[in-house]
Amino acid sequence: MRAKPILATAAIALATLTACGGDDAEEEVTLTVFAAASLTESFTEIGELFEAENEGVTVEFNFAGSSDLAAQITEGAPADVFASADEANMEKAVEAGAAVDPETFALNQLVIAVPEGNPDGVTGLADLAGLDFAACAEEVPCGTATQTAFDAGELELTPVTFEPDVKSTLQKLTLGEVDAALVYRTDAIAAQDEVDAVEFPESAEAVNTYPIVALEEAPNADLAAAFTAYILSEDAQAVLEAAGFQQP
Amino acid sequence: MPAQRTRRRRRVPAALLAPAVLGLAFLILPLAGLLIRAPWAELPARLAEPEMLAALRLSLVTATSATALSLFFGVPIAWLLARGDFPGRSLLRALVTVPLVLPPVVGGVALLLVFGRSGLIGAWLHERFDVTIPFTTTAVVLAMTFVSMPFLIVSVEGSLRGADARFEEAAATLGAGRWTVFTHVTLPMIAPGVLAGAVLCWARALGEFGATITFAGNFPGRTQTMPLAVYLALQTDLEAAIVLSLLLLAVSVVVLASLRDRWTAAP
Repeated sequence: MRAKPILATAAIALATLTACGGDDAEEEVTLTVFAAASLTESFTEIGELFEAENEGVTVEFNFAGSSDLAAQITEGAPADVFASADEANMEKAVEAGAAVDPETFALNQLVIAVPEGNPDGVTGLADLAGLDFAACAEEVPCGTATQTAFDAGELELTPVTFEPDVKSTLQKLTLGEVDAALVYRTDAIAAQDEVDAVEFPESAEAVNTYPIVALEEAPNADLAAAFTAYILSEDAQAVLEAAGFQQP
Repeated sequence: MPAQRTRRRRRVPAALLAPAVLGLAFLILPLAGLLIRAPWAELPARLAEPEMLAALRLSLVTATSATALSLFFGVPIAWLLARGDFPGRSLLRALVTVPLVLPPVVGGVALLLVFGRSGLIGAWLHERFDVTIPFTTTAVVLAMTFVSMPFLIVSVEGSLRGADARFEEAAATLGAGRWTVFTHVTLPMIAPGVLAGAVLCWARALGEFGATITFAGNFPGRTQTMPLAVYLALQTDLEAAIVLSLLLLAVSVVVLASLRDRWTAAP
């Protein structure tokens, strides 16, 4: 169970060794992780676990939309690790030569978020027809997934607003401006005090995969590799699962 | 009362010129950056997209409506702040500038809390008249007015304070009523300030993003203004976003420049 963290620690030990030529004074290292906004809660927690297991290491996160992050990375932002909420944006980094062989570490599905208690009795996508609902714009991953799910159900549904990201989609619901919102299960779970999540079968057609990679230009290459490995460890996977992600 | 204007060509002191040139470079270089990266070949195809034209049209209509609303409400507010004599005036002046400081997205949330479906006034509107403001073009105009009216107020108030109140007093002594004094003496005196304020207000409204997307959402043809379209294009296609931004910039520069010329050419 502890095998992978030990491996990670070993990798860091090696990293510090090679980096400082045997000087075993504890080096303060900062690892910069660019991660999709939907990973905010779980990665913050995993980052703390990783810091606890690796002394002298500080993990700094830059959470934003995957496409913003991909743009920042291809324009040369000094990041060690990139965790994207979809494959398309990871592909941009790969095409630009910033990343090689990303690994899938989590899956996320769409749900219909409704106000607590489900006042409109929503049971599936078709029930959205008579309601005001919010969805992501097709330009962003959650919007692409939404459209795929609609197509799978052969439904012609029009939201009242096409939001630029999943958090603002959910916000429209929590502020009471819409009756339902199509968001990821993880977002609905994060807001479970205020919203209920209704699962629907069409979402299986639009599973989002989350790839992670240690970047080619990473200032701390070995530590980046160790963090990437740690994300796939049981400890980190447990955190992700609690947040509503599925294991790949 | 056109003050005597002597146009002498004076040499700009170096102490002013150096920072002015550096500052201009700072303001203009990012624009040059956009121009350099712009894929000019794509421009005609982009312009032909009906969604883009709809966004541009919506932007122009809503920004102009927001400016009209700001003039209607903002000039009286500015007058009140500059000429009024009542307790709490300085507090009021500070409150008026709140939208300038507030992150626009927070402004959008604040508008939802008041005019939203379950907001202070919005809930009543929804129940009584079955009217909902969010996600409508009206919401776009309101969001723009909220963030841009302070620019007009600050500018007009400055002009009012700079204007010589003795002209107003003289007109009043000669028997003009208060309204006549305002329309025939005060307003002509501060006209340049009102115009400058309106221009600032319009420009700010045209570029408005945060409050609009939060309060009005994003729906093509109804609430999707140019900045929203640009932001979404940016998610998939940087070059398309640049083309759209340049289109918005070009239109606004043309409008503002022609407005200025017309104004300064007027007697």
